[in-house]
Amino acid sequence: MTTRAAAVRPAPPAPTTARRRLRPGRLGVHAFLMTVSIAFLAPLVLAVYASLRPYDETSEYGYFSLPRHLSLDYYRQAFTDSGMTKYFVNTMIIAVPGVLVTLFLASFVAFALARLKMRGGLVLLMLFTAGNLLPQQVIVTPLYVVFNRIPLPYWMSDSMTMFDSYWAVVLVQIGFQLGFCVFVLANFMRTLPQEILEAAVVDGAGVWTQFWRITLPLCRPALAALGTLQFTWMYNDFLWALVFISDGDKLPITSALNNLRGQFFTDYNLLAAGSVIVALPTLVVFMLLQRHFIAGLTLGSNK
Amino acid sequence: MSFISGRRTGQRGTRRFTRRDLVVLGVLLGIPVLLDIAIVWGPTLASVALSFTSWDGIGDIKWVGTRNYANLFTNYPQFWPAARHNLLWLGFLGLVAAPFGLLLAVLIDKGVRFSRFYQSTLYMPVVLSLAVVGFIAQLIFSRDQGALNAIVGDTRTPTDWLGDPDLNIWMILLAAAWRHTGYVMILYLAGLKAVDPSLKEAAAIDGASETQTFFRIVFPTLRPVNVIVGVITVIESLRAFDIVYAVNHGRNGLELLSVLVTDNIIGEASRIGFGSAIAVVLLAVSLGFVVTYLVQELRGEKNR
Repeated sequence: MTTRAAAVRPAPPAPTTARRRLRPGRLGVHAFLMTVSIAFLAPLVLAVYASLRPYDETSEYGYFSLPRHLSLDYYRQAFTDSGMTKYFVNTMIIAVPGVLVTLFLASFVAFALARLKMRGGLVLLMLFTAGNLLPQQVIVTPLYVVFNRIPLPYWMSDSMTMFDSYWAVVLVQIGFQLGFCVFVLANFMRTLPQEILEAAVVDGAGVWTQFWRITLPLCRPALAALGTLQFTWMYNDFLWALVFISDGDKLPITSALNNLRGQFFTDYNLLAAGSVIVALPTLVVFMLLQRHFIAGLTLGSNK
Repeated sequence: MSFISGRRTGQRGTRRFTRRDLVVLGVLLGIPVLLDIAIVWGPTLASVALSFTSWDGIGDIKWVGTRNYANLFTNYPQFWPAARHNLLWLGFLGLVAAPFGLLLAVLIDKGVRFSRFYQSTLYMPVVLSLAVVGFIAQLIFSRDQGALNAIVGDTRTPTDWLGDPDLNIWMILLAAAWRHTGYVMILYLAGLKAVDPSLKEAAAIDGASETQTFFRIVFPTLRPVNVIVGVITVIESLRAFDIVYAVNHGRNGLELLSVLVTDNIIGEASRIGFGSAIAVVLLAVSLGFVVTYLVQELRGEKNR
């Protein structure tokens, strides 16, 4: 394999000679990585391409043909007829409070576990961490039953129950994601120097001050990373809304995409446009905050 | 990454909290703990209890013992295919996607040029929702107009990649692996960056080949990452749902345990007890892995 030949370390010692000698292997690595990269990009490119072409054209010549007409008609249609804007708003109603509350609550739990070193902390950490590892379907049924039975006043939910309201989805998102955030933040907080906190305690700082004024500001990078990741996850959620919301008008954007197909069963080009619209915000977030996004994914694992 | 500053946990419980501190602790620890119990652990136990009952969600709850399970294993034609598909999912992600992710990470970690471009491209799919991945898969694998059939050039007798029940699970696995590979790659890249370069240099001086160095020196130090990748792979394989639901609601060759649970509760026939039994099977399988993982974490935690 090419792996062996391309034995150039990023370290500086005598790079020029080494690089010249190992040229062919290096080319092999590039050819391989380039091929894989193109293969990974192709589905997205194809989706964008399909979304720009009329259905008649692709049904006659296939997605893999030269374009005759290109237009943004499907995007217009997705926004006007299918109300994508409304679904975006729904997603924001769920994800923004979801991310903020999750981060706030999780950071306090992590603070108590990692910085105050409370008795039983390990049990608590396991409780949260393990909870996040369960498959969602294990908890869906009882929640579905219970949410159907919890009445809410009309100003909170027009269905008069917890079921079919944003509250249900936000609550489940928070409850389920807490585990991951506690795990990550507790690991992060353990890396902070304990001395700062001890100095504050000597100065008479209470628990809240130790948390809010001293620990939290030091966690800014971790919070940014986790926030980015959590937003992506809540945005991408499909199941919670599918189960807990029955009114199509309240669906967040990812679950609403499923309806787009229901209405226009055969028009895959419209669906492609819908997919691109749904994927675009996460792709933009990823490109702008790539560093944070990756940091978030690896924070939890980098032990 | 995370060392406690040398001190053992739980040995200094004598620090006094003021009353205000206790209120803050009570409220801000209480809310998340209650929420975790109400949303995660309570329902988990309730699922176990409900799995021994028969209930349509409205009428009386009747205790039926293990009848749901007996029906599930002997009398529910979708169960075994679904269980098999979940296992296949685990095997494919674990034995194909994850090693491929590792290979990509190792190649990129060599510091080749354009590595930033490769990295970004390869993990771009990770930010997509699995539902979107499912919809995109339809553009590629659709029978009449799909890109794959166009490439294969099979226009006379086009292959129905997603409609053929013997074939579609493999196509969906490819689509799922598209996303999983990138995820695994990020984790390994982070792990590889943390490997002490002097270890590799020492091995090189001792005359170890590149492959030897990797398998004898680098791979063993990646153990924590391997554990994480293993956990994520198991969890993803058991949770798999969005992608098949987006393609065909998990029917006709794409049955999964998660789909069966969902079908039984939000489908026309609300069979809460039966759906719960399927969920408990899912729980039992995942708990095995979760406990193994936690025991390991716990051990690491104690050694700190």
